[in-house]
Amino acid sequence: MPVSMRGFEIWRFLHTNAFRIAAVYFVLFAASVLALLVFFYLSTADFLERQIEATVDAEIRGLQEQHEIEGLLQVIRERSAPGRADNMLYLVTDPLLNPLAGNLSQWPREARQVRSGWFLFPIQVTTRNGAETHNVLCSVFVLGNGDHLLVGRDLHDAAVFRNRILTTLAWAGLIALGLGIAGGVVMTRNMLNRVEAVAKTAEQIIRGDFAQRVPLSGSGDEFDQLGSNLNVMLDQIERLMAGMRQVTDNIAHDLRTPLSRLRARLEVTLLEKPDAALYADALRETIAEADQLLVTFNALLSIAEAEAGSRRDTATVIDLAEIARAVAELYEPVAEEKGLVLAFEAPKPVRVRGDRHLLSQAIANLLDNALKYTPAGRVALSVRGENGTARVAVADSGPGIPADRREAVFDRFVRLEGSRSTPGNGLGLSLVRAVARLHDGAATLEDNNPGLTAVLTLPLAPDAPNVPEKPAPAVSSPPLAKGAKFPESGVVT
Amino acid sequence: MKLLLIEDDRKTADYIAKGLAESGYVVDRAYEGRDGLFMSSGGGYDALVVDRMLPGMDGLALIAALRAAEIKTPVLILSAMGAVDDRVKGLRAGGDDYLVKPFAFAELLARIEALLRRGPIAGATVKLKAGALEMDLLARSVTRAGREIELLPREFRLLEFLMRHAGQVVTRTMLLENVWDYHFDPQTNVIDVHVSRLRQKLDKGFDKPLLQTVRGAGYRLTVA
Repeated sequence: MPVSMRGFEIWRFLHTNAFRIAAVYFVLFAASVLALLVFFYLSTADFLERQIEATVDAEIRGLQEQHEIEGLLQVIRERSAPGRADNMLYLVTDPLLNPLAGNLSQWPREARQVRSGWFLFPIQVTTRNGAETHNVLCSVFVLGNGDHLLVGRDLHDAAVFRNRILTTLAWAGLIALGLGIAGGVVMTRNMLNRVEAVAKTAEQIIRGDFAQRVPLSGSGDEFDQLGSNLNVMLDQIERLMAGMRQVTDNIAHDLRTPLSRLRARLEVTLLEKPDAALYADALRETIAEADQLLVTFNALLSIAEAEAGSRRDTATVIDLAEIARAVAELYEPVAEEKGLVLAFEAPKPVRVRGDRHLLSQAIANLLDNALKYTPAGRVALSVRGENGTARVAVADSGPGIPADRREAVFDRFVRLEGSRSTPGNGLGLSLVRAVARLHDGAATLEDNNPGLTAVLTLPLAPDAPNVPEKPAPAVSSPPLAKGAKFPESGVVT
Repeated sequence: MKLLLIEDDRKTADYIAKGLAESGYVVDRAYEGRDGLFMSSGGGYDALVVDRMLPGMDGLALIAALRAAEIKTPVLILSAMGAVDDRVKGLRAGGDDYLVKPFAFAELLARIEALLRRGPIAGATVKLKAGALEMDLLARSVTRAGREIELLPREFRLLEFLMRHAGQVVTRTMLLENVWDYHFDPQTNVIDVHVSRLRQKLDKGFDKPLLQTVRGAGYRLTVA
C-alpha cells in the first residue's frame, strides 16, 4: 500500500500546474546554460588556435630576418637546444631536404612537395609515459639560398588545455542543471504546500470547524493576499451566520412568551363555564395577540432580509428627498392629532442608490419613534446631500436618550425603561440600522439639546443620468399637480 | 358568486372554504396545480384564489397559462413570500391582487369582494358616484349633495379608492398598498388618522356619516 500511495503522490505531483511551470522553466534554463557553455568553449578553442598560429608566424618572420644577417643555423641550434621546453619545433634543411639544424630529426614526409604555407603532421615523442603521437602545426618557408625552414608547435599542450576546459564546462553545466532541478522541485513543493494549506483549511471548514483560517506566511505575496482575502470572506460569512443565529434565537425567544400566553388564555377560557360572549371576547383578544405576534415576526424578517443584503441587486437611483416627503405626508396627520409640529425640509433632490421600500420603512420608523416619544413640541425631518453623503435627520424635542444608552437601543428588542407603556416591539431602530448598513450607510443618535436627533446617512449616488424612480400611483388617477404636493420646506402643521 | 380555491394545504383550504361559504360564496376546491388549471380553464368562476406554491404546477405558471388562454377571471394570489419582488412577480404573471400569508380572514374577504366588483368600473371613468357623493376625476372636485368639499391631493386619492370600492369593506393594508404604495406595517395606525380626517371633511354639515368603520376589518363607504 505505501508503495502505491507513494506512486500516487508522484503521479499527482507530476500533474500539478506548479510542476508543469517548473518543468518549462527548467528546460529553458538548461537550454540557455548549454548554449552559453558551447559558445564559451568554441570561442576559447578558436582563440587558442589563433594564438598558436600567431606565435609560429612571428617566429618564422623573425628567423627569416635573421637569415638575411647570417647566423641562422646558429640561432636555430640555440633555440632548439634540449631543455628549452617551449614546445617549439625547428628544422633547417638544404634544398634536397637534408637536415642542417633543428630539433626535428627529418623533414616530414607530408611536406616534401610544399614550398611554403601551413600544414599539420604527426610526430613521435618519447616522454616519461612512453612514446606518444603528438600533432604539430607548422609553417614552412624556402629561404633565399634554397634552404628550407620549418617552424612548428606541438599541439599536445593546447589539446590538453582544451580538454580541461571541456571537462570544467561539463561540470559547470551539470552543477547548474542540478541546481536548476533542485530549485524547481523546492519551488514547486513550496507552491504546492501553500495551495495545500488553503485546501486543507477549506476541508476543515467543510467538516464544520468554522473557526479555521488560512495560515499566512507574512510575506505579503500573492498567496498571502489570496489567503487574507479568503479569511476576510470567512469572517464575513461567520458574522452573517452569527447574525442569523441571533435572529433565530431572538425570534424563538420573543415569540415563545406571547405564544405561551396565547395558549394559556385559550386553555383558561375552556376551563370556565361555557358562555358565548366570554368565548367571543377571548377569541378576539387571542386574534389581537396573534396579530401582534405577526407584526413582530414580519419586522424580524424585514431586518433579517435587510441584513442578508438580498435586495442589493434591486437597488436603483432614487430621490431620498421625495421618499422622505411622502413619509412626512403619511405621518403629518398623526403629528397634528397629537398637537405636535412636524417640519419638513429638503431644499433639493438627494439621489442615492437604494431600495425605495426599505428606505421608506426606515424613515417611517424614525418618524414614528419621534412622534411617539415627543409629548409636546416639534419634530423636524430634513434631507440633505453634502460631500458625497446623504443625511436624513429626524430631530425631536422629546425627553431624548442618555448618551450611554444610544447605541443599545439599536439592538433588537431593546426598549428603554419608561417606554414600555408605549406600544412598540423594540425592532424599529434595528431595522433602520440594518437598512443603513445594506446601503453602506450608518444610523446614529445625537443630542438635540433638548431632545434627540436620529440620523441616517447614505452615500450619494454618483451623478448618473438615471431618472429617480417615482412612487407608482396604484390608483388610476392622473398625476397630482406639482404644486399640490407636500411643501418643499417649512412648517406643515 | 362562485369561487375556485386552489390550495394544497387541506387544513388551510378547509378553513378558507368554510369562511367563504359562511360569507355567502359557493366555493370549489382544487388541491393541485394541474387540477386547478383544468377546473378554472372552463371560465365558470367569478374569481380564483390561488396559492403560490402548489404541487404539480406552480401557482404563477397556472395563472400565466390561464392568461395565455385569454381567460380573464380575476385572480387573488396567496403566498408566504411577502417581499416586494415576490409581489411584483406575482402581479406580472397575471395575478390581480397579492395577499401574504398569514392573513386576517377579513382581509381576504375584502380583497375578494374588491376583485369581484372591479371589472365594469375600470377604464376611462371620468366621474365616480356613490350615493350623494360625486367625484370628478378631471376637474379633481368632490361634491356631496351638490356641496363642494375641499380635499388635499392625498385625501382625494384616498376617497377615490374608497369610492371605487363603495359599499365594500376596504382594509387598512389595502389603503396603504393602493393609495401610498407602501408594503410595511407602520407602527402607529396612520391610516386611521387619515381616514378620520377625511371623514370629518365629508360629514361636515351632514347628519348621516358616509364612512363607516368596520370593526376588525377596515372601512366602508356607504352607497345609500
